[in-house]
Amino acid sequence: MSNNISYNELVIKFANVNGSGSASANTFCAKSLYRMGIPISAKNIFPSNIQGLPTWYEITVSESERLARKENIDIMVAMNAQTYASDLNEVISGGTFIYDNSIRRSFDRDDINIIGIPIAKLCAEEYSDSRQRQLFKNIVYLGSLSLLIGIDIDVIEKLLADQFKTKQNLLDANINALNIGRKYVMENIDYPLNKQVRKCNKNSNKIMLNGNEAAALGALYGGATVASWYPITPSTSLVEAFEKHANKLRKTEDGHLNAAIIQAEDELSAIGMAIGANWNGSRAFTATSGPGISLMSEFLGLAYFAEIPLVLFDIQRGGPSTGMPTRTQQSDILSCAYASHGDTKHMILLPADPNECFEFGYKSFDYAELFQTPIMVLSDLDIGMNDWVVDEFSWDPEYKHNRGKLVSADDIENLKSFARYRDVDGDGIPYRTIPATHPEYGSYFTRGTSHTDTGGYTESGVIHAEMLDRISKKFETSKEMLPQPIININSPKSKIGIINYGSTTVALNDAIAQLSSNGIGVNHLRIRSFPFAKSIKDFINDHDFIFILEQNRDAQMKKLLVSEENLDVSKLISVLNYDGMPLTANFIVDNITESLNNNKNIKAANSPPIKIV
Amino acid sequence: MTFIKKPIFRHPSLPTNAIGLTYRDYEGVVSTLCAGCGHDSITASIIDACFELSLPAHKIAKLSGIGCSSKTPNYFLNNAHGFNSVHGRMPSVATGANLANRDLTYIGVSGDGDTASIGLGQYCHAIRRQLNLTYIVENNGTYGLTKGQFSATNDKNSKNKRGMDNPFGSIDLAVIAIELGAGFVARSFSGDKEQLVPLIKAALEYDGFALIDVISPCVTFNNHGYSTKSYDYIREHRSVFGDLDFVPEEETINTSYAEGETISLKLHNGREINFKKLGDDHDPTNQHKVINTLRENRAEGKVTTGLLYIDPNKSDLHQTLKTSNTPLNALPMDDLCPGNDFIDNINNLFR
Ligand SMILES: Cc1ncc(C[n+]2csc(CCOP(=O)(O)OP(=O)(O)O)c2C)c(N)n1
Ligand code: SF4
Ligand SMILES: [Mg+2]
Repeated sequence: MSNNISYNELVIKFANVNGSGSASANTFCAKSLYRMGIPISAKNIFPSNIQGLPTWYEITVSESERLARKENIDIMVAMNAQTYASDLNEVISGGTFIYDNSIRRSFDRDDINIIGIPIAKLCAEEYSDSRQRQLFKNIVYLGSLSLLIGIDIDVIEKLLADQFKTKQNLLDANINALNIGRKYVMENIDYPLNKQVRKCNKNSNKIMLNGNEAAALGALYGGATVASWYPITPSTSLVEAFEKHANKLRKTEDGHLNAAIIQAEDELSAIGMAIGANWNGSRAFTATSGPGISLMSEFLGLAYFAEIPLVLFDIQRGGPSTGMPTRTQQSDILSCAYASHGDTKHMILLPADPNECFEFGYKSFDYAELFQTPIMVLSDLDIGMNDWVVDEFSWDPEYKHNRGKLVSADDIENLKSFARYRDVDGDGIPYRTIPATHPEYGSYFTRGTSHTDTGGYTESGVIHAEMLDRISKKFETSKEMLPQPIININSPKSKIGIINYGSTTVALNDAIAQLSSNGIGVNHLRIRSFPFAKSIKDFINDHDFIFILEQNRDAQMKKLLVSEENLDVSKLISVLNYDGMPLTANFIVDNITESLNNNKNIKAANSPPIKIV
Repeated sequence: MTFIKKPIFRHPSLPTNAIGLTYRDYEGVVSTLCAGCGHDSITASIIDACFELSLPAHKIAKLSGIGCSSKTPNYFLNNAHGFNSVHGRMPSVATGANLANRDLTYIGVSGDGDTASIGLGQYCHAIRRQLNLTYIVENNGTYGLTKGQFSATNDKNSKNKRGMDNPFGSIDLAVIAIELGAGFVARSFSGDKEQLVPLIKAALEYDGFALIDVISPCVTFNNHGYSTKSYDYIREHRSVFGDLDFVPEEETINTSYAEGETISLKLHNGREINFKKLGDDHDPTNQHKVINTLRENRAEGKVTTGLLYIDPNKSDLHQTLKTSNTPLNALPMDDLCPGNDFIDNINNLFR
């Protein structure tokens, strides 16, 4: 026991064997901390495997809201002998390493606190069934940990009660296992540890969920009725969540469903179905990851050229090829922006957290119909599959879904003429009908071959070029209508800026705060959509040096910016990470500090921030 | 159709159907296929079938993949929305369209390349799902649009125009369809309107997956002496598997055939199909026997046509998925969006 106890600033890491039932115990731990009102972030680092490979779960606890992943672990709950050696190394000096000492081991670190708890033995004494022996080990270590670091036992018990609402015997068994762990610590171990948690009140307007569930709810709120998909990590849980919530929120009185969820035979078919449904006036989406984007490319070009609305959630994972299917990356930027052959281009939304997944989730359907083109929502594994504590959802009761220039039977009666691909309003966006709109007016032929403004087949080069130009105009129009970037001028006099997008925002916010306290002022712009809003180029022009932070090797967003905005490359400096792990703040701080130290021009562009964040 | 408003003129002497439309009202734009192409005859039969059934054209959606055959939806039903999608992927687009609006009639047109090669997967899965679609394969045993390569429905050892043997076995799309549980499977010949039109009518009225594999000679690349998909070959080797009489409303059944037994089949929607058996083995509801007969005939070099198989009691994709009776595309956004009333409940799920 140490005298200088610190509260609510620590990193806990669980090292487990995949498939051993640890996931729910670890989530219970994170959720209990969230319910205690403490800011946390949780990262599940799991293998592409069902049983046997190592898996980790990290919880960053930070009342000061520095929630990026950290390299140094304060408390390691090491439940996987295969990885003891590396897990031991990650523990910060003065930290704690908890392991199952049913089989005794010696560890050669004397700068940390090593705690052995005979978890397997305790479970073997308590349970006769081998499955229970295995599963309850997880709850036993949760019980021990709760006492060691001060997790409120009432909060855990309430959480378990909520979880096993209808299953009293399961609840009792779990509470019993918790107590086994607590009792052992109470009787045998010097506790509490010097890193403690305690209640605070920072989560009253926060919810804890992953981005895929949030995006699925967004799709429900956006009025999506058709979801066609093919299973692929990390997008699978998005459609599964859509199905789960649709079954509750979209059931008709006679037991039918106001939605159709269909598992296709592959991604080609999944996107084909979504295109067919959108063409026919339903709001439809598909969800996939990198390999699926490759397969969907031909159809994306069709939807682009035939101007069919479509929403596609791409939950990015580590590529190339099958790559690291259970690790995070931002490496589909270029393949999505220009997916398909010929002159194609696609609108992209870039949510940074689950709250934005919800918001972009419903707005994407409006954009798809407004611009009559695919909208790709590029999330990633970190946002999609990890539980985040974010602002609760809100809904504007006045919100009206915007179906763009979709022509109804009444509208068409009043029109003097209709040509599907004609730019009537000068914004590049034509009027659209769906099948069966009217017995005599408004039908047209949809095709991927070049077409006249009435949808007729043409091989006229002039008409073809005009059609491509008109579609470009639509993209021009979209620039100021899609979600605009978030800009933070932390240091008005500094000529250093940093641009990021998506899930790296948490780490970047931490990093900017750290840099600020080191006297380095960086202004920040977060890109939220493509085609790029005009303010992005203005921000770049306003600075002498721009760091661009991305999780891919090839600086994909930088390339996209340079080619789309005609930028001077010499002022752009990439900060790239592609090891598949959620970013740490130190990674960013080190990169930027090093650049300043190595280049006196960058150093000269610095001006300390006005307020220390 | 794309329009500039002007009064519609219908010639008073043109015959009209039950909803007051003329044959003209079912036509499309002028075909650009080769003169004599079998596909154009199928187009004409589709127009006949829709006219005779008095279907409102705008309640039909016509979809296709890519190929000469897949161009044809532009050549019929100007008042219907059409969708010429990508090569081999019409089934998925049709599935999505159908999910969005269960109340329309869907016609899918494809070629043998489009269906039996690049699109074989989507074809099989659309059948498995009992998609309510009339799927017409315009089967010429060749890739017309890319100029005469062998297709996967080409018979082994038949020759192409340059005299080369096809070394690979062929895929029988009708047998696959029966095997995978399609509820309605027929084969016909583009040159036999009398057989084809009633088949199309019955298929359109059938709620579920209805395949019509139509042998449709390609006069430019596959109508020569060694082809097994030429006009002459089909005329000489055709074996008709029963006759079909489609009874759209409560009309009395009239079969013009004297011998044999007639089977009368009631569809879900109350319509009736009368099948005239031509021999004892010809029972279109017996999956195993039908497949055997098709195989035997094929071994003898015969091309079996007619209604090959039917199961009037299949449930379609919407019944399986239990989607709402109101078409999904007709549900108002305000009904679909849980709105402000539920936002607290939803937030509470995540606390
Ligand atoms: C992805 C793709 N690959 C190849 C083609 C080229 N292509 C166009 S039509 C066609 C074959 C069409 O054959 P079939 O479906 O039998 O139609 P037919 O022209 O014989 O009626 C091919 C290979 C294409 N359009 N798309
Ligand atoms: S090439 Fe063959 S299939 Fe194509 S239009 Fe000509 S005859 Fe018909
Ligand atoms: Mg062909």
